[in-house]
Amino acid sequence: MTRRLGLVLPLLLIIGWEAVAIIINNPFYLPRIESVIPVLINPFSTDYTLGTGSLVDNALVSIERVIIGFFIAAAVAIPLGIGMGRSSRINDFFDTTIEMLRPVPPLAWVPLALAWFKLGIASIVFIIFIGSVFPILLNTIDGVRSVKKTWIEVGTTLGASERQVLSKIVVPGAAPTIWTGLRVGFGIAWMCVVAAEILPGPTSGLGYLIMYAYNQGQMNVIIAGMITIGLIGLAVDQLFKIVESRLFSWRGLDR
Amino acid sequence: MTLSLREVSRVFTTEKGETIEALSRISLEIRDQEFICILGPSGCGKTTLLRIIAGLESATSGTISLNGMATTEPSHLMAMIFQEYSLYPWRNVQDNVTLGLELRGMRKAERAENAKKYIELVGLKGFERSFPHELSGGMRQRVAVARALAIDPSILLMDEPFGALDAQTRNRMQHELLHIWQKTKKTILFVTHSVDEAVFLADRIVVLTPRPGTVREIVTVPGERPRERTGEQFVHIRRHLLDMISEESGTVQ
Repeated sequence: MTRRLGLVLPLLLIIGWEAVAIIINNPFYLPRIESVIPVLINPFSTDYTLGTGSLVDNALVSIERVIIGFFIAAAVAIPLGIGMGRSSRINDFFDTTIEMLRPVPPLAWVPLALAWFKLGIASIVFIIFIGSVFPILLNTIDGVRSVKKTWIEVGTTLGASERQVLSKIVVPGAAPTIWTGLRVGFGIAWMCVVAAEILPGPTSGLGYLIMYAYNQGQMNVIIAGMITIGLIGLAVDQLFKIVESRLFSWRGLDR
Repeated sequence: MTLSLREVSRVFTTEKGETIEALSRISLEIRDQEFICILGPSGCGKTTLLRIIAGLESATSGTISLNGMATTEPSHLMAMIFQEYSLYPWRNVQDNVTLGLELRGMRKAERAENAKKYIELVGLKGFERSFPHELSGGMRQRVAVARALAIDPSILLMDEPFGALDAQTRNRMQHELLHIWQKTKKTILFVTHSVDEAVFLADRIVVLTPRPGTVREIVTVPGERPRERTGEQFVHIRRHLLDMISEESGTVQ
């Protein structure tokens, strides 16, 4: 029932959109739904995208960039977070720097990224890295610190080495929170890739596509692109949630 | 396996730089297969004493030796059972019980074989695949006992293991612990603040004074087990202990 209730507003919005589009009758302000739908149901076609590659081509490019940046961020943030969560010395060494860098919005790095990495995938990956590294890092630190002292002490009395404490107790104990960090980090990475692609430089990707369509006056392609961006973000988030409920269901049930 | 404590003291330093003496010159000789209860009011340092013996904390002075060998680190000869639920919620019963063996690099099939014995001993047969959140408080402490037994230690250190359980469950667990003790022939060092529990379980009761914890008296409890809680001797020892404790704290319990 609640699920059905949730569908009411989107439906109203779509109807409202169509009504307004008919009244305005100007596709350069607001295209009608029937001009957007063909773009979405022919995602492999280049007929609508005016020679910049199909919706799917551009989506794949964006996804590839996000995955590269996201994995580099995870590879840096998770080990660093475990170190900072476990050792106050490591924490003290990095903490100030991280707190200073963290408030800088990822997009503020764009000029530097362009200067350092030039046009191309590296600069976009760098922006994605900046966007997703902090949520992963902070959640990892948090997760490691939330590992119960008793869990570690039990391991110690059973003869666990420092290494085993880490692999058998700290990492599995922190895993649900680390996973949350990855989920949040991926969400931000996805926003960053689109934003970075809108900026001057890239010649592919969903962000580039909607900006390109804007320059061509193709409002229907812009909206189709936005819908695609939203759907991909939603799908990945759901994937993260499914894994979470399968692997980490113990978190909420632990007493 | 004999465990001996010689003049064990522990001093804490607070953040303000004040020093607090938690334990003062505790000496104790524990014989093989003996059941010892350490009894004392909250804050007398009995848990600290157990943690020092387990190697989780260090003594400020004094020595602890196992069979005459001084020890300061966690030893495979001892296993500790904690008061609060210490199970790993992401591991099922069997994987909780076999953690100690897993840490030693034992193969999975061999571990399972080993665990079976102890899971049966604590009465959890059929629950091997259950997760801690699916178990009651008493069952979870049984898992903790099985996990400690699985590494086959000579000495079990138990820190108010039944403190969080309801009275009925607690009584049943005490009975079962005695059964396990008689069957496995372990030495048990059991910390409690319950006089009744101590008299029911122990061969000898070590009564600690309030801070700083020192050995006030060691009371030997005679009598076959299981002991009758309303028996004359039981009541007599119980009263003696209660008098001692209320005298110490200045209040009647």
